[in-house]
Amino acid sequence: MKHTITAIVGNKVGVLARIVGLFSSRGFNIDSLNVGETDNPNLSRLTIVVNGDDAVLEQVRKQLGKVIDVLKVSDLTNQPYVERDLMLVKVNAPPGKRNEILEVVDIFRGKIVDVGQKEMIVELSGTEDKVAAMLKLLQPYGIKETARTGQIAMLRGTK
Amino acid sequence: MIEGRRTRKGCGYIYIFNFGTFAEVSKDFLNKMAKTGAQILIDTLINQGVEYVFGIPGGAVLPLFDTLYSSPIKFILTRHEQGAGHAADGFARATGKVGVCMVTSGPGATNLTTAIATAFMDSVPIVAITGQVKTNLIGNDAFQEADVMGITRSITKHSYLVNRLDDLPRIIHEAFYIASTGRCGPVVIDLPVDITMKCSDSAPPGAIDLPGYKPRYYGNPRQIKLAAEAINKSKRPVLYTGGGIILSGCSQELLELAEKANVPVTTTLMGLGGFPETNSLSLGMLGMHGTGYANHSVQESDLLIAVGARFDDRVTGKTDEFAPNAEIIHIDIDPASISKNVQVDIPVVGDAKNILIELVKHVRFEERKEWFDQINEWKEKYPLSYDNKGDDVKPQYVVEQIYEATNGNAIITTEVGQNQMWAAHYYTFTRPRTFISSGGLGTMGYGFPAAIGAQLGCPDKTVIDIAGDGSFQMNIQELATAVHYKLPVKVAILNNGYLGMVRQWQELFYNKRYSHTRLHDNPDFVKIAEAYGARGFLIDKKKDVRPVIEEALSIKGPVVMDFKVTAEENVFPMVPTGQAINRMIGGMA
Repeated sequence: MKHTITAIVGNKVGVLARIVGLFSSRGFNIDSLNVGETDNPNLSRLTIVVNGDDAVLEQVRKQLGKVIDVLKVSDLTNQPYVERDLMLVKVNAPPGKRNEILEVVDIFRGKIVDVGQKEMIVELSGTEDKVAAMLKLLQPYGIKETARTGQIAMLRGTK
Repeated sequence: MIEGRRTRKGCGYIYIFNFGTFAEVSKDFLNKMAKTGAQILIDTLINQGVEYVFGIPGGAVLPLFDTLYSSPIKFILTRHEQGAGHAADGFARATGKVGVCMVTSGPGATNLTTAIATAFMDSVPIVAITGQVKTNLIGNDAFQEADVMGITRSITKHSYLVNRLDDLPRIIHEAFYIASTGRCGPVVIDLPVDITMKCSDSAPPGAIDLPGYKPRYYGNPRQIKLAAEAINKSKRPVLYTGGGIILSGCSQELLELAEKANVPVTTTLMGLGGFPETNSLSLGMLGMHGTGYANHSVQESDLLIAVGARFDDRVTGKTDEFAPNAEIIHIDIDPASISKNVQVDIPVVGDAKNILIELVKHVRFEERKEWFDQINEWKEKYPLSYDNKGDDVKPQYVVEQIYEATNGNAIITTEVGQNQMWAAHYYTFTRPRTFISSGGLGTMGYGFPAAIGAQLGCPDKTVIDIAGDGSFQMNIQELATAVHYKLPVKVAILNNGYLGMVRQWQELFYNKRYSHTRLHDNPDFVKIAEAYGARGFLIDKKKDVRPVIEEALSIKGPVVMDFKVTAEENVFPMVPTGQAINRMIGGMA
């Protein structure tokens, strides 16, 4: 089953390697991984999306909590949470097709962030499903490149 | 405050002090004087109370060794870095203090990895300082470079690469703190050579800063109450205790709990010595080579109280059929141990000592006559036994004689395999920190260097390595260390000319196809001992066993006793892998 795990970690050398090692040593492939500084520059927030056996992932979650520089770990999977994935996609956009593409982007409430002679760059944020759906609609025009942040997630309310 | 004024005179500095006692002045002087990274490291180690450091010098640690040369720290030069690591580990297990080893970069560090992994699996507090190439060369395939952080990541509790001299004192203090608190374990400090040569004018701060590290020391009172209620109403309880008893230093509390609540106690290999085997409540060891009565008791129990044990596969056998009717209480300092292998009903996370102190208050004595009658029946039906009728030197007999000759007061280290199991079975352990063995990783070659470390930590104790002919040869070079430092460690080789435990499995499960387990070209161990400057004895007659042990014990230096034991003797009872632990073979059940 798919799990979304977030952790608050010290912004230090080697923390990420230790965390990733806990997954890879058990043969888990990480679907997405995002790390960024929090409001406190000494701390980073990490969001990991991974598929795997529930019991083994529970063990990984406990092991994550044991990593010295990890302050907090939560498995959001069965809790209400907000998730976002930010994507930049460079799509073929000859002048005749630009309006069509604009319509698609509008429906998904995306943004055009760059326009060139033959292509443009679209920015979209949303859940993984939404991002995937727009990507599918842009496919026929010819996608040249994509870049995604991977999922970031946060629990709803206070806990 | 003492005010000092620094003036330049000649090529050095002199300090002029306005006032202050000599002690204050010299302390202030030290603080103000520029120190190299190497000096800061050694001073911090002294500050941590380190008496012994084990290791081998090399290029990347030359500045450290130059500073050690004139420091009060006693450096123990081993002959292989693995030996240094195991010696630091043996020192830590025998004394409860942090063991420290120091080796050079590259091959020095990679040689140490087996020792680090051994300490990690058995939760032993050691701090390993590895030299590293210069900061600007890291990652450049420099001479004697290895990615020590990467290599040791999964076998350390934590590791540091020192990037700035100012971080050094803090890192050392943190390393000792992390290694010796919570669930103990090894910490690596990878120290580039240029950092050790840099100078710092000011004394860098050393305060620990570990916001993410908060071991839980006290158990949840509600869980402790639940555990006590479960114990009080149990008809067939068993205490299953592990190395955590020894690490936490709570064998006294365990004894109180067992006697007050009247509950039998079985220990794991790592827990040997945590509960006196002379006590009538003792069931001895459980698991793959556990006693018949321990394994039957666990399987028939209605409540299993695990304390500082981790439900290792060598203990549980087939987990689905482990203690099938028992409710399970698990007391452990490591939350990740709870329900890892076996589903736990009442977890209590915290330091075993603090939890047992509370638990004892809430339990009451229950007679449990039926349960103890049943256990006594098993004890009579399945005693630990071997055939000692012939003239052969039986390995079990040798271990029994070592026990008797030392009155059970020795520290026993072991190698891994049959020797380890016979030591566990036939030496009666009554005190913590007297059985020192590589349980988790099962490292052959562990026992002898560990004995060296234990002997340095406990100079007044008799230290004996119960060895096999195979494993002793894996760190035999440490004879030079024992001789050099005049350590009276004794090695008792149970020499059967085989990699015995593997041979036993080949006999039982591979149709006696002894694939590469014969060691018929073993060297003459007596001559080897003598070549190193130790004493050696060959024993091939039963009647000589005891007298030679007595003689060896009276010798002040290291002694190797080569006992030519029955070649194809097996360790019984035994539970084949993947079976329930009451499915024993070897004259049992």
